[in-house]
Amino acid sequence: MTTSTSLVYLIALPLAGAAFLLLGGRRTDKWGHLLATALSASSFGVGLYQLSQMLGRSTEARPVSQKLFEWINVGSFNVDAGLLLDQLSICFVLLITGVGTLIHIYSISYMSHDHDRRRFFAYLNLFIAAMLLLVLGNSYLNLYVGWEGVGLASYLLIGFWNQKPAYATASKKAFVMNRIGDMGLSFAIMIAFATMGTVSFTGVAEHAHHTSEAALTAMGIMLLVAATGKSAQFPLQAWLGDAMAGPTPVSALIHAATMVTAGVYLITRSNFVFDAAPTAQLLVVIVGAITLMFGALIGTAKDDIKKALAASTMSQIGYMILGAGLGPVGYAFAIMHLLTHGFFKAGMFLGAGSVMHGMNDEVNMRKYGALRKFMPITFITFGLGYLAILGVPPFAGFYSKDMIIETAFNAGGIKGIILGSVALIGAGITAFYMSRVMILTFTGTKRWDEDAHPHESPWLMWLPMAILAIGSVTSGYLLSHGHALVNWLSPLFEHHGEHEELLKPIVVSALALTMVAIGVAIAFMKYSRQEVAAVAPEDVSIFTKIARQDLMQDRFNEAVFMRPGQALTATLVAADEAVVDGAVRGVAKTALGSGSALRGLQNGFVRSYAALILIGAIALIGAIWVVVQ
Amino acid sequence: MNAANYLYVSALLFTIGAVGVVVRRNAIVVFMCIELMLNAANLSFVTFSRINGDLNGQVMAFFTMVVAACEVVVGLAIIVTIYRSRRSASVDDASLLKR
Repeated sequence: MTTSTSLVYLIALPLAGAAFLLLGGRRTDKWGHLLATALSASSFGVGLYQLSQMLGRSTEARPVSQKLFEWINVGSFNVDAGLLLDQLSICFVLLITGVGTLIHIYSISYMSHDHDRRRFFAYLNLFIAAMLLLVLGNSYLNLYVGWEGVGLASYLLIGFWNQKPAYATASKKAFVMNRIGDMGLSFAIMIAFATMGTVSFTGVAEHAHHTSEAALTAMGIMLLVAATGKSAQFPLQAWLGDAMAGPTPVSALIHAATMVTAGVYLITRSNFVFDAAPTAQLLVVIVGAITLMFGALIGTAKDDIKKALAASTMSQIGYMILGAGLGPVGYAFAIMHLLTHGFFKAGMFLGAGSVMHGMNDEVNMRKYGALRKFMPITFITFGLGYLAILGVPPFAGFYSKDMIIETAFNAGGIKGIILGSVALIGAGITAFYMSRVMILTFTGTKRWDEDAHPHESPWLMWLPMAILAIGSVTSGYLLSHGHALVNWLSPLFEHHGEHEELLKPIVVSALALTMVAIGVAIAFMKYSRQEVAAVAPEDVSIFTKIARQDLMQDRFNEAVFMRPGQALTATLVAADEAVVDGAVRGVAKTALGSGSALRGLQNGFVRSYAALILIGAIALIGAIWVVVQ
Repeated sequence: MNAANYLYVSALLFTIGAVGVVVRRNAIVVFMCIELMLNAANLSFVTFSRINGDLNGQVMAFFTMVVAACEVVVGLAIIVTIYRSRRSASVDDASLLKR
């Protein structure tokens, strides 16, 4: 373990930017976006410097730590606010700051007509700082601070245009659903503290060997709850679709590339917990498998380009969670898919933003069509991302997704066959809905509104898209060439015996490509051969209707949680009114009533007072007489 | 003579005074009734002094007389003032304190 003093700059630079822009107010309107972009880029520079330093050291000495200050020191419980940069965090640091900087650059142009651009950049910087704290914290408690920070930034950015009530509601929904996950994380921390007396990663990793499996399972499940909330996994997935209310760069950065992958980070970081708790690990796999199908099915029915991409994000993170749940063999592949996904999905979101930019912020794909000629650069960059997510060789997704499918098949027994099949079918559905997006948006006939004048976006917007597209093409090969990422990350994970191979890699790839081909073919038949209606047809099968309503996720939540919750609060309010308020009001009413009754005696007539005194005196004497007798 | 008879007279006087305070409206008469009650109390004090054979009750009676004298001075002054401003000595007319 090496110590360093420069880790803090990774976080401090964007945090300073956020503080400066928020406190500086309108004075910084003119150049605030440039400052924010520069700070994000300099944070990326620090990240690159750290990587170069790390590469120069031997494997054991690669992790870098920095103690910031003593945070909590109570008896034997001691938590330092400290940072830890190891082989896993550096991947995230470079992804966050790299993609983050590109999206800052993109936003300069995308948000140029928004009079609140400075505030937008301040929030972006705040997000970058919080996300870096999340991945750099050296204990669950430090991670928790970042975890809450990204939740806050996400809330602020989803509701950035909160003058529209629907957008404000979307941000609230995301925040509330995230809170449920956050509760899971806080429970996990409490369990760690109660059973092991420490909350630092190294401490928990040491104690995990001699902690009861029940405690580790409980902690693992709570960590999984946290991951499902932040990563929009089943059953806390419903917020992601609505989160598309935020500006498109936000969707690209937070709700595709970085924040929503925090759950994968959490599970991978907690590998020592999950490796020792097979039940929790099985649940992780199940959640991943369900979500990857869930997201894919929603994706097939969405006409809103951003919501289709959001459903796809949900599905792809399902793959990552699935990979992370497969144990030591899967962690590295989950991270690899996370990195490649960061490139191609962010690129596609920026492409969607570019299309919206040219089409008067229209998001309905049924009103696009034939944009290939009008937006050639967007078409090419989006297309490269499309090929990457499909898993066509040699694009990025081919390496990362096939690895997860292959690992799933090799998980052993009936579990492996089920998981592998789900992942394989998911790949086919992914191919279908992504082809649908491509076909509806870029090919076919024009179905535009009259006042649409599509045009290519300025270079500030297409440059980040192009860079991300290059990443979509090359990252898979670079990361898997000679098992680069697997070897890089291997010191962090427990070593494992070789699994028997159910299917050869080449067979898995062939199967996956077949599924992809089938998916593309169906999409082609359905949307390219036939005329696409500019208005979504109503006479569709019940399955389409259900998929259009996000597989009833909102209806389910409303029926199971919202309405009983509202009924519960209504009952509590009524009980509060009747019992607590009733008691308080009763006391006041009694005092008032007796007061007004007694007030009748105070009539101002001296003689009646005298009579009362007389009666009182007689009564008193009578009472004394009775007692004495 | 039985000392209890004095107490009966005292009780009678006190009752007359008390009833007078309650039933009469004229402030002067009410005032006199109060004096009557005070004197009834004085009579009791003196009687008890006699019964017990010490001077405590007699001393107490002097105290009562002093207090009664002071009270007369202040009370009559108030009554006269009220009469001057309201042209009435009825205690029921002076019932303004309730408002």
